[in-house]
Amino acid sequence: MSQTLVEPMKSPPPPRELTSVPRFSDRVFRGVVTSGGLSSLVILGLIFAFLTYQGFSVLRSQGFYFITGSEWALITDDAGNMIADQTKFGIAAMLIGTILCSLVAVVIAVPISVFSALFLNFYASPRLKKFMVAVIDLMAAFPSILFGLWGFFVLMPSVEYWGKLLHKYLGFIPFFKMEVPVFTRSPFVAGVVLAVMIIPIITSVAREIFSQTPLDRVQAAYALGATRWAMIKAVALPYGRSGVVGGAMLGLGRAMGETVAVYTVLNIVYQVNWHILVGAGGNVASMILLKFGDAGPAEIKALMAAGLVLFLLTLIVNSIANFIVKRTGKSGR
Amino acid sequence: MTEPTESENENMETKPLTSSLASVASSATAGRVPGSHPMGVGLEARGIHAWFGDKHVLDDISLDFWSGTVTALIGPSGCGKSTFIRTLNRMHEFIPGAAMAGQVLLDGKDIYASGTDVTKIRLKVGMVFQKPNPFPSMTIAENVLAGLKLAQIKIENKDDLLQECLERAGLWNEVKDRLKAHGGSLSGGQQQRLCIARALAVRPEVLLMDEPCSALDPGSTLKIEETISHLSSSMTIIIVTHNMQQAARVSDYTGFFLSDGGPGSLVEVGPTGEIFSRPKDKRTENYVTGRFG
Amino acid sequence: MSTPTAIKPQKPWLATPKERAINAATIVGSAIATYGLVAITPLKGKLAYFALYFIIYIAADFFIHLASRGISAGKDAIARGVVTLGLVVALLPILSILVTVFNRGRGGLHWGLLTHDMKMNSVNDPINQGGLLHALTGTSILVLIALVISLPIGILTALYLTEIKGRFAGPIRFLVQAMSGVPSIVAGLFILSAIVYPLTKAYSGFVGSLALSILMIPTIARTSEEVLLLIPNDLREAGVALGGTQWRTVAMVVLPAARTGLVTAVILGIARVAGETAPIVLLTGGGETVNANPFSGPMGSLPFYIWKSFAVGSAESVTRAWAGIFVLIVIVLILFVTARFLSERKTSR
Repeated sequence: MSQTLVEPMKSPPPPRELTSVPRFSDRVFRGVVTSGGLSSLVILGLIFAFLTYQGFSVLRSQGFYFITGSEWALITDDAGNMIADQTKFGIAAMLIGTILCSLVAVVIAVPISVFSALFLNFYASPRLKKFMVAVIDLMAAFPSILFGLWGFFVLMPSVEYWGKLLHKYLGFIPFFKMEVPVFTRSPFVAGVVLAVMIIPIITSVAREIFSQTPLDRVQAAYALGATRWAMIKAVALPYGRSGVVGGAMLGLGRAMGETVAVYTVLNIVYQVNWHILVGAGGNVASMILLKFGDAGPAEIKALMAAGLVLFLLTLIVNSIANFIVKRTGKSGR
Repeated sequence: MTEPTESENENMETKPLTSSLASVASSATAGRVPGSHPMGVGLEARGIHAWFGDKHVLDDISLDFWSGTVTALIGPSGCGKSTFIRTLNRMHEFIPGAAMAGQVLLDGKDIYASGTDVTKIRLKVGMVFQKPNPFPSMTIAENVLAGLKLAQIKIENKDDLLQECLERAGLWNEVKDRLKAHGGSLSGGQQQRLCIARALAVRPEVLLMDEPCSALDPGSTLKIEETISHLSSSMTIIIVTHNMQQAARVSDYTGFFLSDGGPGSLVEVGPTGEIFSRPKDKRTENYVTGRFG
Repeated sequence: MSTPTAIKPQKPWLATPKERAINAATIVGSAIATYGLVAITPLKGKLAYFALYFIIYIAADFFIHLASRGISAGKDAIARGVVTLGLVVALLPILSILVTVFNRGRGGLHWGLLTHDMKMNSVNDPINQGGLLHALTGTSILVLIALVISLPIGILTALYLTEIKGRFAGPIRFLVQAMSGVPSIVAGLFILSAIVYPLTKAYSGFVGSLALSILMIPTIARTSEEVLLLIPNDLREAGVALGGTQWRTVAMVVLPAARTGLVTAVILGIARVAGETAPIVLLTGGGETVNANPFSGPMGSLPFYIWKSFAVGSAESVTRAWAGIFVLIVIVLILFVTARFLSERKTSR
């Protein structure tokens, strides 16, 4: 008797499983909501499936050449049918252009955004901060065609001039080299326009992260006689560093997928161009838009395949970015 | 530095004092705790008021803190004692909408005087917070020396200072073999002593402690209290605590704060023994005997 | 104790008049020095003024603080200058954009824009002929259909994340974020490959709306999720404790409480897609006349009108493009300010 009493003390009983039978209306509700919730999975899956389906023949015939080659030549016979083994679809030139333009954008946008975020969090008065945040959010809501036109008419002349300065004083750096002095509509110009577009994104991510800087550590730094900058350097920057990296990658993803703005300002030439100041380049998205207008069925399949590559590329970049941002947000709690 | 009691008393009386301050000073000198050696007034608060927005939270606090002593500030929560010590190293002003009035004299100079470099004030008046807050990205050694880096102070022998501060904070023996470990790897009590060591490294004259043990277990609390008694001989320590036993154990003087719904005020201050055994004010008696609070 | 009425709250930590004066003098002095330097050196242009001004100002501020308070104050001054410069650089484009749109778009505005379409006119005609009616009706229809599709899906997704908190909540949140990064051109290609080529085989407003939905769903879902998360949990518990089913609690308590926030989500979703160009160019065909039927025939829209007018490149057509942008920006601004106003009222309550 006493043993049976002692026994449960030693090992507590397993927790009871709490169950209830939901009412019919709730089961319907949960079913509907869950299926709605799964829509993003379904849509992303469908995008992948249909682009793969449409682009499959091109991907199979071109193989790895599709992402390593830089020639886009549709060869047809006299009847207008594609001659598959002579036709070449390789998007490497445009992939390189995509990465180049968006890297230029990120390199320009990150310092500006980080400084803005620091200003808003640690320097601005609450009222100024509120106003500025609204203005920056507004900028994020501007349509890309607006950035394209503004970039073309307003920004381009200035940026060409900056490009000339870069070429003149930093021309020894390979990226800034150029044989023919054509500065108009270069990847650099596109990069600057993209930078303007992604500054609001990176700024708001960085601001969010910095605003979570643990207050007790901020106070600890100030109580030790730190100036504001010393506090930022010792507490805020180490805390927010990886979040800023995530924000930068979100911006990178957005810049990589940008179509209309790049199409408007960039002189799209189908060639590999590492020299960002030379007025020729392209990115995958704008190339699709450019070639779509007069593409036949065969070429459209190739464009679908290019869309698939772009989709996967931005998906990967965005996923990594979101993962990093989310992790930073958690570690501070 | 040690002066005869009489001359000190004279010093005090030559200063323009508010009535409450005079009573504080006389009672403090009268009931000096044996074994403590006050080295004069280190920090003086004169008619401190504080506001958050329109809310008046502190009403006319005047209080002297003697060098080489520990002063405990007790009182129910919301009585303004934490706000008060945050006015003493100008941490009060970080709260949006904060305002204050009055003077805080450190070595006879008002720390709120215009043109004062606030970072220098905070180097002289160090602070330990309620929750241990070591810098997580820094090692134990870097944490201790963080104040030097933050305030850009160059010194010759960092290792000696590191050891000295950790010894004074009572942490050296526990961490001397893992100075390169991160601050976050320590226990809560160790982290709090690390924060004390960090505050000591810039050699403050005054150390403010805002409920330093409230987040700690009894064993760690005991260690912190030992550290406080070691430190008290060489600096002014002001500790805010909820725990009356702790105030009785560690402090030489005790101030009782109370708010009757309005701004908090200083009800009574005196040698700790007197506050707990023969309080002059009925409210103090009610509080220390546990009738409210 | 003295009476508190005699004592005024002070903020001794704010800048003193002397410090303000020094700061003002630094600002003015740097401006003068910049002007002088640009005049006597070969540096020219807006960039030179801008860069020189900040360099001179930051340097002056540095030395003033270095002299009065030492090296750490000096570094603090540099940091303050650089950080402020960052915000100024971030804000310059938006200022420039608004000024440009106003200046260039103004010339193309006339009341006929709201009553005429481009049936009888080419974009090269004088500005005062033709109009935007087809584009405005088209954009409204496109956005409305996209909204009808996206709103239920977006809100259901948000409800799944906040109310059901099911096993997949983490992955779904992740996927919604991934979806908001889908390039608009990819959304367009997807609709082409999934709907246009196999099924409709023709351009129409409806397929354009489908592509816009893909871009709209994540915006609505994420904003709604934020809004629903703000609804206090006691409201839900109160509903369930009264014996209500989860469905009734959500429908009668949670969603009504979040009403204003959900309207904000809708507005932000509309603002997100109203100016979207790439999928519109791929899918809608871009008609010149008012077409109220989204299922057949090309459908004009503001982005398409801007796009086409700009591409033609004549003086008149480019002015038309800017006038179109002017209208588009006004719409986006109104939507945005409304959303702000609503969420402001929400949080202040």
